[in-house]
This record gives sequence, structure tokens and C-alpha cells, in this order.
Amino acid sequence: MKTLIKNGRIVDPSQNLDAVMDLLIEDGVVKAIEKKITEKADETYDAKGLLVTPGLVDVHTHLREPGLEAKEDIVTGTMAAAAGGVTTIACMPNTKPVVDSSIMVSGIKDRAAREGYVHVEVVGAITKGLEGKELAEMGDMAQKGAMAFSDDGHYVSSTRTFTLAAEYISAFDKILISHAIDHELSSDGYMHEGVVSTRIGVPGIPALAEDVAVARDILVAEYTGAHVHIAHVASKGAIEIIRQAKKRGIPVTCEATVHHLTLTDEACADYNTATRVSPPLRSKDHVEAIREALKDGTVDAIVTDHAPHAPEEKDVEFRYAPCGFCGLETSLGVILTELYHTNLFTIDEIIGKMSTEPANIFSLNAGSLKVGKPADVTIIDLNKEWVVDSVKFYTRGKLTPFEGKSCKGKAVATMVAGKFVMRDGVVCTR
Amino acid sequence: MAKANVSLSGKDILDLASMSVEEYELVMQTATEMKKIMKRDIKKVPSLRGKSIINLFYEASTRTRTSFELAGKYLGADVVNITTSGSSITKGECLRDTILTVQSMACDAIVMRHPVEGAAAYAAKISDAVVINAGDGAHAHPTQGLLDMFTIREKGKNFKGLKMAIIGDILYSRVARSNIAAWTKLGADVHVAGPKTLIPYGIEQLGVTVHNRVEEAIEGADVVDILRIQLERQKSGLFPTPREYARIFGINEQKLKLAKPDVTVLHPGPMNRGLEISWEVGYCDNAAIRDEVENGVAVRMALLFLTLTGGKKIENID
Repeated sequence: MKTLIKNGRIVDPSQNLDAVMDLLIEDGVVKAIEKKITEKADETYDAKGLLVTPGLVDVHTHLREPGLEAKEDIVTGTMAAAAGGVTTIACMPNTKPVVDSSIMVSGIKDRAAREGYVHVEVVGAITKGLEGKELAEMGDMAQKGAMAFSDDGHYVSSTRTFTLAAEYISAFDKILISHAIDHELSSDGYMHEGVVSTRIGVPGIPALAEDVAVARDILVAEYTGAHVHIAHVASKGAIEIIRQAKKRGIPVTCEATVHHLTLTDEACADYNTATRVSPPLRSKDHVEAIREALKDGTVDAIVTDHAPHAPEEKDVEFRYAPCGFCGLETSLGVILTELYHTNLFTIDEIIGKMSTEPANIFSLNAGSLKVGKPADVTIIDLNKEWVVDSVKFYTRGKLTPFEGKSCKGKAVATMVAGKFVMRDGVVCTR
Repeated sequence: MAKANVSLSGKDILDLASMSVEEYELVMQTATEMKKIMKRDIKKVPSLRGKSIINLFYEASTRTRTSFELAGKYLGADVVNITTSGSSITKGECLRDTILTVQSMACDAIVMRHPVEGAAAYAAKISDAVVINAGDGAHAHPTQGLLDMFTIREKGKNFKGLKMAIIGDILYSRVARSNIAAWTKLGADVHVAGPKTLIPYGIEQLGVTVHNRVEEAIEGADVVDILRIQLERQKSGLFPTPREYARIFGINEQKLKLAKPDVTVLHPGPMNRGLEISWEVGYCDNAAIRDEVENGVAVRMALLFLTLTGGKKIENID
């Protein structure tokens, strides 16, 4: 089976490529990438005027399966990814039961391979049941293909446990992902502590709760030599600590979410539960600091933290709403609208942060269109104008703070291992 | 005078920040008339006859709930009280369904108290009936703000340029937020003081002056509003001991001497006597704490009347 994608502007940060070229795919891998390919293919896709990039990689999502299928499952979650132009996602272990054993890792990977629409990587738990006490069988999970380890949603509060986890996992060449929030400091808060929280009376979570947690994690990375990846950095203090740590050569990387790059705590002012998220949406100075860090390379990857919830869970009073919202179907459009069309970032920078760099951090065979690489491709119409309408989403957890937003730029086709999984916004039947 | 075109008919009363000075004025004028009804031998008028009001209380309350109930009854409305215990709320019914359920019974107004900030606005989005916020978490308590406004005016004080001090737990206080919103809008000079741990981030940006010492806030004040200190705050470590609170932040006669001689002392109640307010201050001539309770009924009568009738039948009152 050969597919030829013709006349597209190929942007591939992994080979510093930005040129109109043809891309030939054979048996699921990139066969050739040349100015003009005349070889006959089974299917030809004319990408004239469109962008052809390595498939997007989102290393922070929640597929909710097993146990929480009212929110999402592997099928709906990977359909949402395909719709959004994302070809590889990593799912977090806070399912029911928790992904804290190798059978869970293989189970999710197997089911995703059979029923999913995109590649699924599995993040295993650091501690059993995410309880922060005993280490989970990380070695066994690593050998069964876990991509990394995290107690996502829970900070491993015990410094001893986190240090032991880091020491232990460093021998397996795996990364610890930390959801860095000091829960004692965040206390009863449920939005960013700032002028907005003061005005609307909501108990605030100080940015300090994130900063101290990140500082500790970095000290542990330095002491153990283990690679620590800070999930969804959202505070200017934390980002500065990471910047300094990187300068000193400490093995630390980090990611920022689409929403922490584009929304402020003003979005919470009318108590919209779609804006409740952890870490919370912060004030403008924090958002600007995260953008600056994305520019200077302190932030390595853009993620969604796609965290769908059932409608009834979010249709409640602000404080009672669970944290998180869906993101896979809005991430590219929102980022292109807010960061590319505003001339803040180049398309090469954006594709780098949404594909090549996260793939490199976690040693995934993705994020590149080099010859011989898996043919995971995203085809993007940079100028397509569209409005976020959650009714059309594939994800089950439809609530989003971007509802009704006018966007410019959208994935128009998604290819996974040489097969189209989405065309013109419609996910292909398997 | 309230402008002729100002109307609260059919409007939700969610907070004072989103109400205009003209709307405050309309409530004040109407409450003056309502207070006259309260002084009558037979304090009942038919203005809201045929209207039904549901008091939906998700938190304990004595004065606010009773005050709303009597306010509705004095105006001839049918008033039903729902409290969390003894209702379907204990069976896990969500707020949306509870609001839709009471609305289906053709109620005209829902008076709601709820522990979560923004709950009143959420209810208002769901409900076709008028929603009156009787306190939502630490966000707003508009009727308390309006009754404080009425009480201060009754003492002949008209806000502009007056020094107002709010003392205590500003962080968790919906009363503080409502009064700050209204008093700054009315041109008063608002000062706050309390333990630093109970002063919320960036409160100055709401237009108030923050003091570390309560004495500085009280000095020369025309109004001192003393907030209730909940003992849970001490248990969660926000200040060392009730004893220390009373000594350093509690308002006693000695501290009150720093204020103007005709200072008006307010407290939303219930008081912790000997903690945030000394026995003597609570009963002193300057204390308007019982006026607040009385005026609370008049202000709530005014709000129910204005939102449910638009004030069209005001002639029925006299």
C-alpha cells in the first residue's frame, strides 16, 4: 500500500525542513520525501496550500479507561485525538483501578492497538494506588512498555518516597512526571490566588504551592540524576526555577498546557466549571512567563492535559466540579490562533513543541517524517476558520473553556502508520 | 431620588457589585416604606398575595432565613422553607434538579443560601424564577449589604467621604465583599484590618486600604463593621488562639474610643462575644446590631416587592 501526499508544505523540525515537497508512504513508513515524486501510488492526496507535519504528540492526556468510561474511553479518546490531528497520546494512570501493575499497562496498550485510532503510550503510577506510600512495580511496568511514571493529580508529598522512586527508576532509563503542587499549601483553594479570586470570594491556591513543589522535585533530580519531567507548569516562579536548573545541567524537562498558555484566571470570574483545572488558570503575568519560557526553550512541550468528565460531574457548583476538561480537539486550533497567527511563534516552533520535542524527551518513535519513520502525519490548513462547538466533539467529556471560540487553523487530515484516521474533520471508520 | 426608570422587576439579586447606585437608592426608599408596615399593629399587606417564595437554605441560618420568611409573609406571599436536612438534597439531588423541581411548583422567587461561591449565579442561570442570593460562600451577601446600607443611612450617614472600617476575617467573608463593593461605589473611604492570614491577596485592588493594626483602621472611623470569626479558622491554623485574637484584633471599648464619638458599630451576627467583639461594645449605644436585624426584614420586604411586582402596586402599601 502506497500513499503519496503531493504538493504540501512539509514542516518537520526533526530535519529542519520547511519546503513544498512530496511525501511517499509505503507500508506504514515514510519511504521518500522529495521535491517531486512521480512514483505511482495507490492513493494520492493533494496537499496543495496545506501544511504537512509529523503527527502531533500529546504526552499528557486521560483516557479514563478502565473504570471511568462515563468520562471517556480508549475509543472516544483516540477518536478525539485523531480529530484534533494528534497521532500519539500518552494516558495518565489515574483510572479505576490505577495503572500500577504491568498487566494494566499491557491491557491498555493491547486494547488501544485493537480499538484505538491513534498510538497510545501508557504512563504508569509511581506509587501503588497513587497513594504516595509504597512504590508501584515500575520496573515491571517499564519492561512492559510504560512510557514514564507519574502519580498525576497527586503530588508525591513524601520527599523520601519521591527520592527513592527517582533513584530506582533511573536504572531503567525512564522519566518521572511530576504533578507538582504542595497540597497543604493549596489547602481549600480551588482557583488561582489573585485579584480575581479575592473579588469573587473563591479560596485561592497560591502560585507558591507549585513553586515549592517544583523546587523540591528539581533538587531530587539533581541528587539522584534521574530525569524529572514537570507536568503542566503554570507559575512564573516554577518556570524560573526550571530555567535555572536547566542551565545547571540538571536532568529536568517540562511541559505547558494549551490553556495555561492562552487563558487567564479572568476566565473563572463567572464561576464557569469548564475553567476549573489543576494547576489553576493563573493571572496574565504567569501566562506571559510561560509563553516566554516556551520561546526560550525552558518549556519543552505543549500538551492538552485532556481530562474529560461526564456532563453531570461538571454541571454543578464551581467548587464541586472536578478539575480538568477536554482538549484534544481544540489544542491545535487554539495554539495556531493565539500563538501563530499573532506572530508570536513560527510554525516550526509550534510543530516542534507539539510533536518533535515531546517525542524526543520520551524516546518515542514519532515526531519526525525522516525516511524510515512511522508514517504518522498531520495535514493542517493554517487558514481554516472555525468555531469551537462541543456538540461536534468525539470526546465524551464535552465541556471546554474554549466553547464558542473563533479559531484559525485546523488539522484537516490525520494519518497514523500510513492510514488516514481522519479526513476533513471526520474520523474514518476502522 | 431614584430615577423613574430604575426597576428591579424580575431581576435576580446576586451581588452588590453588579447593582447600580440608583438601584440601591430604590431599595432604600422602598425599605423605608416597608419599615412603616413593620411598625403597624397588623403588619400584613396584600402586595405579594398569590406569590410564592421558596427559601432554599444549604447552610445553617437563623436571622437571614427567618427574616426572609417574615418579609414574604408580611407582604402576603406564601413562603416555604427547604433546608438541606429533610429534603431530597440528602438523597444526592443536584442543585440543577432541585431548582427545576421547585420552579415546576410555580414559585416566583427562590431565596438561596449556599456554601459555594457562585452558586446563586448558577441557580439564576437555571431558574426562571427570581433568585435572591442569601449568601453564597465567601462571595456575596447582598441583602446583608443592603441592610447595613439602610442602617448606616438611618443614622444620618451618607457614605461619601466617610471612613468605614471592616475588621476581622476578610478572607472568608461574603459580608465584607458585599460591603466593600457597595461602600466604594458610594464614595466612602474603606479600610480593612485583621490577622494578615485572613486578608485576601490583592484586596487593595478593590479600592480599600489595608492596615496591619486594627487601631489604624478604626481611628476616626464613622462606621466600624466587625466580622464574625469562625472557630474553624483558628483550628486550620490561620491565627494562634482565640485569646490572642481577642487581645490584638478584638474590638473593645478602649479600641473603639479611637473612632468618631458617634461611630456606628455593625456586626452581621451571630456574635462571638468576647472574641471579635467585647460584651460592652456589643451593647453600647453606638452598636446598631439590633437595628441591622430589624432593617433586614424591611430591606428584604423591599427586595421581594421590587423584584416580584416591579413596585407597580406601591400605592397598596399606604
